[in-house]
Amino acid sequence: MPDTIAISVEDVKKDFYLPHEKSSRSIKSSVVNFWRKTEKGGNTQHALKGVSFEIKKGEFFGIVGRNGSGKSTLLKLLAGIYQPTEGAIRTEGKLMPFIELGVGFNPELSGRENVYLNGALLGFSKKEIDTIYDEIVEFAELGDFMDQKLKNYSSGMQVRLAFSVATRAKADIMLIDEVLAVGDADFQRKCYDYFRKIKKDSDVTVIFVTHDMNAVRDFCDRAIVIENGYVKRAGTPDEVADEYLKLFNKSSDAEEVEKSTNRWGSGEVKFEEISLKFDDNKIKLLSSITAMDDVRDFIVDFKIYNVNGHLITGFNTNDLLGLQTIKAGERSDLKFSFDNVFGYRNYTIDAEIVSKDNTRVFDKWKQAASIKDNKSARYKVKYPVNIQVEVL
Amino acid sequence: MISTITSRYRYSLILLRELVVTEFKLRYQGSVLGYLWSLLKPLFTFIILYFVFVHFLKIGGDVPGWPVAMLLGIVLWNFFSEITNNGVGAIVGRGDLIRKLNFPKYIIVIASSISALINLVFNLAVLVVFLFVANIDIGWTALLTPLYMIEIFIFGLGIAFILSTLYVRFRDINYIWEIIMQALFYGSAIIYPLSIIATPNPMLAQIILLNPVTQSIQSARAALVDPANATAVSLGSPWWVIVTPFILTIVVFIFGAWLFKRNSPHFAENV
Repeated sequence: MPDTIAISVEDVKKDFYLPHEKSSRSIKSSVVNFWRKTEKGGNTQHALKGVSFEIKKGEFFGIVGRNGSGKSTLLKLLAGIYQPTEGAIRTEGKLMPFIELGVGFNPELSGRENVYLNGALLGFSKKEIDTIYDEIVEFAELGDFMDQKLKNYSSGMQVRLAFSVATRAKADIMLIDEVLAVGDADFQRKCYDYFRKIKKDSDVTVIFVTHDMNAVRDFCDRAIVIENGYVKRAGTPDEVADEYLKLFNKSSDAEEVEKSTNRWGSGEVKFEEISLKFDDNKIKLLSSITAMDDVRDFIVDFKIYNVNGHLITGFNTNDLLGLQTIKAGERSDLKFSFDNVFGYRNYTIDAEIVSKDNTRVFDKWKQAASIKDNKSARYKVKYPVNIQVEVL
Repeated sequence: MISTITSRYRYSLILLRELVVTEFKLRYQGSVLGYLWSLLKPLFTFIILYFVFVHFLKIGGDVPGWPVAMLLGIVLWNFFSEITNNGVGAIVGRGDLIRKLNFPKYIIVIASSISALINLVFNLAVLVVFLFVANIDIGWTALLTPLYMIEIFIFGLGIAFILSTLYVRFRDINYIWEIIMQALFYGSAIIYPLSIIATPNPMLAQIILLNPVTQSIQSARAALVDPANATAVSLGSPWWVIVTPFILTIVVFIFGAWLFKRNSPHFAENV
């Protein structure tokens, strides 16, 4: 392995044997099968199917992937917690895993005792902790609480204490698994400050597992996307973040097969077509509706959700045009235009046609359209968003 | 290379120390008398046993200093029993750590055996009081007793390695081990003098003495309390009866360590 490489992963495969509950732990099968690698009456799950990559010394390296893609398995293999079924992982230098903050924390011990315990697990001797103890307490802002039992801490205080110990850890390679997912905005800012600090230190190699594409673009020098146990793409943070977002488009395409569950209504008036057009900084929503019967005083409504299902924004014909009326057999086009204020993530649009008092649903179409590959987008979007909608 | 080896053992020692200290701190968490219980518990246990076995059941009246010899046997048996019982669940009980951190797993088993060792020290401290109260004449052979304790420690640790490894996959082990321990307790001449068996049936006594625990307890009794406590040597056994327990101890330890080392890389995914 060349000197410049901190971690090399060569064609690593990892299988998990999942026993069927009935046969797994009976006396007979356990005795019979203890010496065997594979047992009857279980499944083998191929978590990683052949993964290779190298991480250079001093690199800030991102690993992204959907839940269940195999990225956590990969992280545990890199940390030496799991052993690869096939292939080899070589690491150069002292490695410090942060799979979770506060490993070994015991609620019955005081904050002080937990610092020493957690520190020992991270490789600090008692003497070493003695010298940095005050620093840890100060950084965690927990001066008055250190002699209280951990069980009396709020979860935020526990995280602060754990993070404070962790940031004192010195290692050549740090594995960081979404520790950012916990804590409030203030804590997250501290985390980012810490990342900036270790990013500057060219001796420290960081492997960062996350779902947050903004963090990938901000910090990583290089990244990979893991999908279905393979490296789907390796490249610059932008390439990888785009690839990651594509994964979600594919899956929403697959969902369109089951469109029927996404659409219902009495059908007197319904959407014929809904589509989006992107130009410059504008998004145009083009829809057409047709009627089977005469329908008076209805409202056409659009709502835009992010991937997490949070309502971002929406608009309706009642506010823009007033109540709508249509005659049997008629067709009507409704066109809108609004600013593309959306971020890199994907968004879906639900459309519905309802009576003015909202008691009758003529047509409800969930995920009728989606905003994806949003290249011309703003960096990050804060919701709820107010958009100016223009009727075309 | 050398620096990685020393740093690995450095880490092991730091961990070992912290795990032992934590376990000790947690043991008497919230009790008023705290650590004092480490002394009070064996003291009261000994007083109860003394009355039950010596004054009511009147077993072992013919062996000089039997009450103290019996207590010594119980102390050593408890030592063995604690090492192995702590050992069974040691790895599974620390599953949370094992799934999140890569560290030398044997430290967990050794830490749990050291907790047993700490308890032994407290028990021995109380036993010394009984030694003086019973006015036992302590001779030079008493210096051999620590050796027999080391033998029990090594044998127990070997078994703890085996049990903790098996328990990861095979959760019936703790129940099986409990039953085996009960059988061994009554079959190891702990609460009755071996002479009860040795006088009518010297053959059976020698078979019982093949068990390293019985052998080391009897030898410790003979060394510390009174030579009248039967050992393989005093029974005039053939040489192989005398050496078998020692060989068994070493074989069990090496096998246990090997089995543990072979399986420990996969603990994280099985635990």
